Amino acid sequence: MNELPQQLVNGLLLGSMYGLVALGYTMVYGIVQLINFAHGEIFMTGAFGALTVYLYILPDGTSMLIALPLMIIGAMLVSTTVAVGAERFAYRPLRGAPRLAPLITAIGLSLALQQAVWAWYPDAKSAHTFPSIPGGPFEIGSVTIQTGDIFVLCAAPLSMAILGYFVMRTRTGRGMQATAQDPDTAKLMGINTDRIIVVAFALGAVFAAVGGVAYGLKYGQIDFRMGFILGLKAFTAAVLGGIGNIYGAMLGGLVLGIAEALSTAYISDIPGMNQFGSQSWADVWAFILLILVLLFRPQGLLGERVADRA
Amino acid sequence: MRQRSLIAVTAALAAGALTLTACGSRDENGGGSSDSGNGGTTTVVIGVDAPLTGDLSALGLGIKNSVDLAAKTANKEKTVEGITFEVEALDDQAQPSSGQQNATKFVADDEVLGVVGPLNSSVGESMQKVLDDAKLVQVSPANTSPALTQGTDWQTDPARPYKSYFRTATTDAIQGPFAAQYLYNDSKKRKVFVIDDKKTYGAGLAGTFTDEFKKLGGDVVGTEHINPDTKDFSAVATKVKNSGADVVYYGGEYPQAGPLSKQIKAAGAKIPLVGGDGIYSAEFIKLAGTTGTGDLATSVGAPVEDLPSAKEFVANYEAEGYKEDYEAYGGYSYDSAWAVIEAVKKVVEDNDGKLPDDAREKVAAAMQDVSFDGVTGPVAFDEFGDATNKQLTVYAVENGDWNDVKSGTYTG
Repeated sequence: MNELPQQLVNGLLLGSMYGLVALGYTMVYGIVQLINFAHGEIFMTGAFGALTVYLYILPDGTSMLIALPLMIIGAMLVSTTVAVGAERFAYRPLRGAPRLAPLITAIGLSLALQQAVWAWYPDAKSAHTFPSIPGGPFEIGSVTIQTGDIFVLCAAPLSMAILGYFVMRTRTGRGMQATAQDPDTAKLMGINTDRIIVVAFALGAVFAAVGGVAYGLKYGQIDFRMGFILGLKAFTAAVLGGIGNIYGAMLGGLVLGIAEALSTAYISDIPGMNQFGSQSWADVWAFILLILVLLFRPQGLLGERVADRA
Repeated sequence: MRQRSLIAVTAALAAGALTLTACGSRDENGGGSSDSGNGGTTTVVIGVDAPLTGDLSALGLGIKNSVDLAAKTANKEKTVEGITFEVEALDDQAQPSSGQQNATKFVADDEVLGVVGPLNSSVGESMQKVLDDAKLVQVSPANTSPALTQGTDWQTDPARPYKSYFRTATTDAIQGPFAAQYLYNDSKKRKVFVIDDKKTYGAGLAGTFTDEFKKLGGDVVGTEHINPDTKDFSAVATKVKNSGADVVYYGGEYPQAGPLSKQIKAAGAKIPLVGGDGIYSAEFIKLAGTTGTGDLATSVGAPVEDLPSAKEFVANYEAEGYKEDYEAYGGYSYDSAWAVIEAVKKVVEDNDGKLPDDAREKVAAAMQDVSFDGVTGPVAFDEFGDATNKQLTVYAVENGDWNDVKSGTYTG
């Protein structure tokens, strides 16, 4: 049985997607301590943005080589607009309100965005076919990789590197760190925290958009509910990795994806565990893993122990 | 501490939100016929319960439209003198809880004398008791779980649990084995990998298929249950590839079957995926993509387009200009609604042209003896409420469409 490398790659691909979406959760949480539950829908609108570019803006039969970059830009534009709009109209008026209020708003926004796409996007009532990158699968040893998968494999580490550079090396990035540490003092030091928060939302949306395009390319279809489950998984990944830590988000995503793939593949081979091994149990194992990590490392894999601010 | 408790609250809210999405909007007017209330006739409402939104909405809307067509036809032809039929369609989103709420709603409306639906066996399970307690007759065009009509011990000791439940579709007790016989005898497959979605329909179908395939001498080289909420089946697809199976049998519905077929082929296993009527939809072909060619599905009855009795249905359906296709269950839905109409007709005729006070009970009793030539062939019910017509057809995906390969009647 030479299944292990392939299953690891399966998990890696799934995990990269979780990681890309988790970046948005972790960044917004790191700065405003808000769990933006509508982030899964920002990922979804990104995918629909890319589809819109392909279907309605580009002429028929445009080569994917040209179409793909434009689709990514379209996806980023749509999801950033949605995220920034959400921040401006749904979250900013509630800043300073009890923490439960924006959380409930986020869930309401998530449902509203889903229903908006369902109601207004043409033919979005069932799954929409997403264009695929032509070219056959690649065989590396016993591992098969689809052309669509290559996009995720490249996009995830690249996004990570860009984000790392941005946060550590740029002025705005340092502003983000300062705001995350102490928003009031940061403000006193002349940092425009409102702008920093908008940047955090926008950056999260940009990576969610890349994730949305990756999802479409990998599965060949997108639908209005795709963001919900994936958003929850990405949130889990962010918590697993240590919410607020951008590298932790990616690591949490990968751990979660690989845990799902391996539990599907191998748990049923353990004697006596046959009925707990199927894919329908993969989520259960993923959450058991999350609980274990949180029991022994409450701050998550890469999270720092934060002194209680309250 | 605040932050950790925030995460706990958030997780609880997330679970709540998951539940919330299960409820949803209702179809307000349900596409009811508009010519009600003319000339002092009595209105009889035929309820429809089907998934009108969500993944399975293609099938659900086909059911709704076909029932609507039956009601319109009955009104136009004045099939029952003095009675105008109306349709009220409620959305169950393929959720048992929504189906049960809808059943309660139908029971509360005195004008409802019959319910057509639902699509899913699991939803049917949740509706049966509510409707039976009110003696409100239910005819499902699509439920195939044997337990619905013959009780949970249907294999050993069949006993009908609910007198008001009927169906025009054949059961999985016949559909699964029919597929097994076709695969073993006709396409000479020997090694099968069985996957299901753990729901009433999918698991039941996979079970009856597996039993028959083993009995014939075939080999089950692997089994797997998938989670219908996800679209990533790559881990499962890798297992299928490494199992050396020459065919995959899937018990479940097309929203998962399409991506599953696609991902199995992408993993490098160039073997057909075979399923039941739950994957027999144009949506499956769309979702499975070009690599889905050669995939098979069994479905109840003979192909609607081929039956002479169905030509009129197809023509009328097109003439009404419905936006959605009638899909796999259109003919059965039309016949289900027509069975309700026939039962109402019998009751009205026996009562001097008026509806009796205990109309629901009488309609449910009359249903047992309903017999007519429907779209899908002769329609009648046996002592369990099952259709007496037990024909099945194997379809294959060719050139982006379902083509019928073999029709037959299953003989145990």
